[in-house]
Amino acid sequence: MTDITPSAPKGRFAKIIDSDIFFSYRTSPVAIVSSIVAAILVLAAIFAPWIAPYDPFSPRTLNLMNGFTPPMSESMLGAFFIFGSDHQGRDVFSAILYGSRVSLLVGVSAVMFAMILGVSLGLIAGFRGGLTDTVIMRIADIQLSFPSILIALLIFGIARGILPPAQQENMAIFVLIFAIGLSDWAQFARTVRGSTMVERQKDYVSAARIIGVKPIFILIRHILPNVLGPVLVIGTIGLALAIIAEATLSFLGVGVPPTRPSLGTLIRIGQQFLFSGEWWILFFPAITLVLLALSVNLLGDWLRDALNPRLR
Amino acid sequence: MSEPVLSVKDLSVVFHLRRGDFTAVNKISFDIMPGEVLGVVGESGAGKSMTGTAIMGLVDRPGEVSSTSITLNGDRIDGLDEESLRKIRGRRIGMVMQDPLTSLNPLFTVGEQLIETIRRHLPLNEKQARARAIELLADAGIPKPEDRIDAYPHQFSGGMRQRVVISLALAAEPELVIADEPTSALDVSVQAQIIKVLKRLCAERGVAVMLITHDMGVIAEAADRMIVMNKGEIVETGTVGDIIHRPKEPYTIKLIDAIPSIKEQNPRYAAAVARGDEGDAAVTDAPLVRAENLSMVFDLSPSLFSRLTGRNRKIVNAVNDVSFQIERGKTYGLVGESGSGKSTCARMMVGLLRPTDGNVLLEGTDIWNDKDAAAKRRSKIQMIFQDPYASLNPRWRVGDIIAEPMRQLGIARNNKEITEKVAYLLDRVRLDPVVMRKYPHEFSGGQRQRIAIARALSSEPEFIICDEPTSALDVSVQAQVLELMSQLQDEFGLTYLLISHNLAVVRQMADAVGVLHNGVLVESGPVEEIFSAPKADYTRMLLDAVPDIAKVA
Repeated sequence: MTDITPSAPKGRFAKIIDSDIFFSYRTSPVAIVSSIVAAILVLAAIFAPWIAPYDPFSPRTLNLMNGFTPPMSESMLGAFFIFGSDHQGRDVFSAILYGSRVSLLVGVSAVMFAMILGVSLGLIAGFRGGLTDTVIMRIADIQLSFPSILIALLIFGIARGILPPAQQENMAIFVLIFAIGLSDWAQFARTVRGSTMVERQKDYVSAARIIGVKPIFILIRHILPNVLGPVLVIGTIGLALAIIAEATLSFLGVGVPPTRPSLGTLIRIGQQFLFSGEWWILFFPAITLVLLALSVNLLGDWLRDALNPRLR
Repeated sequence: MSEPVLSVKDLSVVFHLRRGDFTAVNKISFDIMPGEVLGVVGESGAGKSMTGTAIMGLVDRPGEVSSTSITLNGDRIDGLDEESLRKIRGRRIGMVMQDPLTSLNPLFTVGEQLIETIRRHLPLNEKQARARAIELLADAGIPKPEDRIDAYPHQFSGGMRQRVVISLALAAEPELVIADEPTSALDVSVQAQIIKVLKRLCAERGVAVMLITHDMGVIAEAADRMIVMNKGEIVETGTVGDIIHRPKEPYTIKLIDAIPSIKEQNPRYAAAVARGDEGDAAVTDAPLVRAENLSMVFDLSPSLFSRLTGRNRKIVNAVNDVSFQIERGKTYGLVGESGSGKSTCARMMVGLLRPTDGNVLLEGTDIWNDKDAAAKRRSKIQMIFQDPYASLNPRWRVGDIIAEPMRQLGIARNNKEITEKVAYLLDRVRLDPVVMRKYPHEFSGGQRQRIAIARALSSEPEFIICDEPTSALDVSVQAQVLELMSQLQDEFGLTYLLISHNLAVVRQMADAVGVLHNGVLVESGPVEEIFSAPKADYTRMLLDAVPDIAKVA
C-alpha cells in the first residue's frame, strides 16, 4: 500500500459522517427504520409525564365509569382514549408510556449489571488463564445450561425469602434487575474471555509488561478498549432479551409490583379480557413490547455486521 | 520463436470502493514462453499477486477485471463463465500458494487430495491415479512416497508440505503454474530446496512458471526473465541478469540498492579495519550484557497426570545452555531458523520469561534474581518487536503510546514535559511531531516501526532487543529502518541484540554473531570471521542456502 498522507484535520462531526460505521448505517434501511422506531419508543418513555394525557397511577383520575372504552372513542363521561381504557377506566396509552419506562429502566440496568460483571470476569479469566479461567468458565457453563428465566425466578424467590415484607415492594425492581442481570452475564464473559486471550498474546501487551505496568492496568488500559466492540453488540441484543425477560417475569406475576406496572404487567392484566372482546387492553402493550424488542434486536444485528470487517 | 504459453494484453484490475476507484493493476501486458520461469517482483501493494489472481479469474467483488485479451496457448481465457474457468484452473493452470497449511485440506490425506485432482482432470482409474500420485511425490523429493501418501497434511513439515502442494499443482499436467510467494513462509535452508524442486520439475515437463515474490534473491535463483512491478504498473522487463546488473529505471535501481547482500562486508568492520584496529580485537573486560548458560525448558505434557507419572511426558528444550556477551555500544546478531529458540532467548533477556536455568547479567546485575533486578531491567532494557501492526495498541494515540514508558517509569511527570519529549523522540525517528495526535492505523508498516522505536527509546534504555525488526517490512523500507537504527545507536550509545533469520541484515548490522540451531548456540564470534570462515557445518549450510542476487551471472 502507498503511504497514508496525513489528511487535513477534520471536525469531529465531519469525521463521524465520513466513518465506515455511519456509511453502513446510511445504506441499511433496516438500521434506519429500527433506530427511528427505537428512538420514538425510548423518547416517549422518557418524556411520559409530559406526553401522557392521564396519570394512570393516580386513583383520583380513575373512574370505573370510564372502564372498557374501545380505542379512538369517548367514554360515557366524555373522556377520550386513543388506545381505549381498561377495566378500571385507566388510559391504556398512558399506561403503556409509563410501563415502557419501567421496562426500559429494568432492561438497561440489568444489561449494565450483566455487562460489568461479565466483562470483568471474562477479562480476568482470559488474562489469568489456568485454574482461575477454569473455575470462572465452568460456572458460566453451568449457568448457560439453565434457562435464564429459571435462574431469575430462583433468585427472585430467594430474595423474597430474605427481604422483610415491608421492603419487598420497594426492593422488587432492584431484585428484578439483579435477577435478570445475573442470568445474562455468562454471554459477556465468554466473548470477552476469547478476545482477551487473543489480545494478551499481542506485542503491545508485552511492551507494557517489559516496562513493568501492573496486570490490572494492562487489563483496563490496554486490553479492555480492544475487546469492547463485540461487547457492544451483545449488549444491544441483550437489551432486547432483558426487556422480554422482564416482561415474562412480570407476566408470571413475580416482577414489578402492580402499583408500577411494566409492559409485562399490562399484558398480564390484558390477557384476562382478551376473550371477552376487550382486545385492546392486551393488544397495544403487546405490540409496543414487540416493536421495542424487535427494533433493538435489529439494531444489534446491524451493529454486529457493521463491526465485522469480513461481512462488509 | 514459438508461441507464448500465456499472453496477457492490457490487464487491469480496478476496485470500486466507496471513496473512489482504486486501480490495483493498470493495463499491464506480458508473455510467458514455453518452459520459461517468469519472475514477478515488487513491494507489497505493487499488484503482483492481484495479477496472478486476475489471470485465474479469482478476483472477487468489488474488484473488476478488464483486458484486451488473455490467451493460454492461443485460447482466450478472459471473460469466461465460472464453469469454464473451473475447468481451466487446476487442469491447465496449476497454483502454488504461500501458505502450505491452508492450501491443503487438513481432513483428507495427501493421497486422497492428489488422486482426486488427477482423476478429475485425467482419464485414469483409481489404481493408475494412485501410482501417478506416488510418482509425483517422489519427483517432488518426498522420501518413501509409498508410505507417506496416506499421511495427513499436518504430519508433514512446512517444506515437505510445500512439496506436496507443488505435486498437486503439477498433478493434472498443466501448461502454466502460477506460484505466489511459494517460499516466503519457509526457512532459508528449506526455501533453497523448494526453489530447486519447482524449477527442476517445470523444466522437465516444459511447464511455464509465473513466480510471484517480493524476494529478489528467489527470482535471481530461479527465474529466466523478470518483471518489476510498482503501484500496479510494469516498471521494467528483461532477463534476470540484465535487470540485476544493469537496471535502467530509477525505481529498479533503488529497489536493488536497498537489498542487503550476504556477500557484502560489514561496513563497521571495514571502517574499523581502516582505522587500524581489527574490529573485534577491542574486547573489553566488562561487557554490558552477559547471558550465562541460559536454558529454557517447556513442559508440553498433555495433562497433570502425565507430568506426575512421566507417561507421555513431553519436554522441549527450547534453549539449551546458551552463553554470549555483548559489549557496550555494539550489536550482537542472533541468527537461526524458525524454532531455533531465538525469540525465547529474547524473551528471557528482556524480562518476559524466567529462564529455567542460567543468568542474564546487565552491568553485573542478575536481572532475574537480584534484589532490585526488576527495576533495573525495566529502566535499562527495551524491545522492538517483529510485527508493527500488533506491537502498537490500536486504541491509543501515538503520543500516548510513546509516552507510556516515561509515565510508567517516572522519567517525566508533567504533561508539558512529556509532550516535549515525545515530540523530540518523533523527530529523532524522522517523523513529524504533529502525528502524536493520530492513531496507529493511519500509518504504514515502516512508519509504525519508527513509532515502536521511539517508544523503546522513551524509557532511555541502554540495551535494546530487536526481534526481527524488519522482517515484516518491504526491502526499501527495511533499508531505511536499519539505517535509522544504526544512526540512533551512535547517537544514544545503544547496545543492540539483533535477532533475525535474514543473514544479510545481520552481516550488515552486527559486530558479533551467534548461530542458534535447535536451541544450541553452534557458533559465536566476530561477524566477519563467521561469515567469511564459518566453522560449524550448520552455519556453512545456512550461508550457502541464502538466495542472493550476487549469485546471478
